[in-house]
Amino acid sequence: MSSIGTGYDLSVTTFSPDGRVFQIEYATKAIDNSGTVVGIKCKDGVVMGVEKLIASKMLLEGSNRRIHSVDRHAGMAIAGLAADGRQIVARARAEAANYLTFYGEQIPTEELCNRVAYYVHLCTLYWWLRPYGSAAILAGYDRDGPQLYMIEPSGVAYRYFGAAVGKGRQAAKTEIEKLKLDQMTCREGVIAVAKIIYSVHDEAKDKAFELEMSWICDESNREHQRVPADLLAEAKAIAKAAQEEDMDAD
Amino acid sequence: MEEFGCEWNDAPHSMGTTIMAVQYEGGVILGADSRTTTGAYVANRASDKITELTDNVYICRSGSAADSQIVSDYSRYFLNQHTIQLGRDATVKTAANIVRELSYGNKSFLECGLIVAGWDKYENGSVYSIPLGGTILRLPFSTGGSGSSYLYGFLDQAWKDGMNKEEAEALVVKAVSLAMARDGSSGGVVRTVIIDSSGVTRNFYPGDKLPLYYEEIPYRPTVEPMSA
Repeated sequence: MSSIGTGYDLSVTTFSPDGRVFQIEYATKAIDNSGTVVGIKCKDGVVMGVEKLIASKMLLEGSNRRIHSVDRHAGMAIAGLAADGRQIVARARAEAANYLTFYGEQIPTEELCNRVAYYVHLCTLYWWLRPYGSAAILAGYDRDGPQLYMIEPSGVAYRYFGAAVGKGRQAAKTEIEKLKLDQMTCREGVIAVAKIIYSVHDEAKDKAFELEMSWICDESNREHQRVPADLLAEAKAIAKAAQEEDMDAD
Repeated sequence: MEEFGCEWNDAPHSMGTTIMAVQYEGGVILGADSRTTTGAYVANRASDKITELTDNVYICRSGSAADSQIVSDYSRYFLNQHTIQLGRDATVKTAANIVRELSYGNKSFLECGLIVAGWDKYENGSVYSIPLGGTILRLPFSTGGSGSSYLYGFLDQAWKDGMNKEEAEALVVKAVSLAMARDGSSGGVVRTVIIDSSGVTRNFYPGDKLPLYYEEIPYRPTVEPMSA
């Protein structure tokens, strides 16, 4: 890290001689160390799941949320620094509200993604700012159907069928690739995502984690909502059972 | 102007007008007369009060010509930007909301009543009325301008849900003609704009070809047409 970066890694406004901006790469590192966040686009909506690592057993369940609603038709899951993520969510909410008052319609997910990406990118252009240490997975459902995007600290944003960031992203991505997303309903997607989060969780390194899940689909009336408690419990049970089966097989 | 006693015609240009828009199955029809007056003087007898906002949304203007033009111009500018930004046509709702934003935000300076109408793939034809204070109202049909007061009863009776294009346009031409007959500030020709999935059609109905109603005086040329 320090061998090549020497002298060129302290500022976001200075390129290294080989054309890199190290501060952005370090921000990405912050994300790579966080709990895994997964999002998949199914045929009738989008499902997001977060492996929320628990720092202390005294933490109340459901606190320090990493999935937030942006508008009725959009939600965000945050990987990386949770506090930075809340700032991104606040901006996304402001953009969504502003669009609605000016144009009289809900902001299209693509436009919301562009605006948030623009904002995140701004933080890489001024020496007195630091880039956000978070990646945001954005799920939305508008007139063009359900959509999934991911916004990175550099300010780039791509649309995905399935996205994964955080510690277990590599394993998660290979699992997502095995899914038949275009034939899967969100109800099935919830279970698939739960399984992935449980399977990529590294019990040796991290102790406890809480599975946080949301969806936005026809079943949720095209609104971004937390997955209903009974379905979440079912998904957890199935995920745990699948894992035990795996361990028995080994 | 006082010394000449001409205060009745040095007023700002105003469109004491008849405008209207009707939604039909598949699209929308806008209609307007063509009289622009300066006080009592007819400054323009063939004005076009139906203005383009986007490819698929038009606006009928009434009240101050200057005010309604500037609101339309700004709306067109914002809608252009919006269309480029999103990479697709603005909806009629969005267009109407921008007009509302400008009308409401500058209500103390403006004197214009507007009707926004157009076609989009989500709602097909839709009509939005944006009267003086900046209210926005979606309606199946709407009228505006000084001539509109003569039309409410007629339209309540004559308007039918699910009209086709021909029926709807006939209704618009008839209604505007009726208002032009009664309202001294409306007159000239009838212009219509038809918007549907296939695009925009403009029609023109000359004043001497319009149907005559109760006590109307038939068209009579005052000068013999010169033989060319």
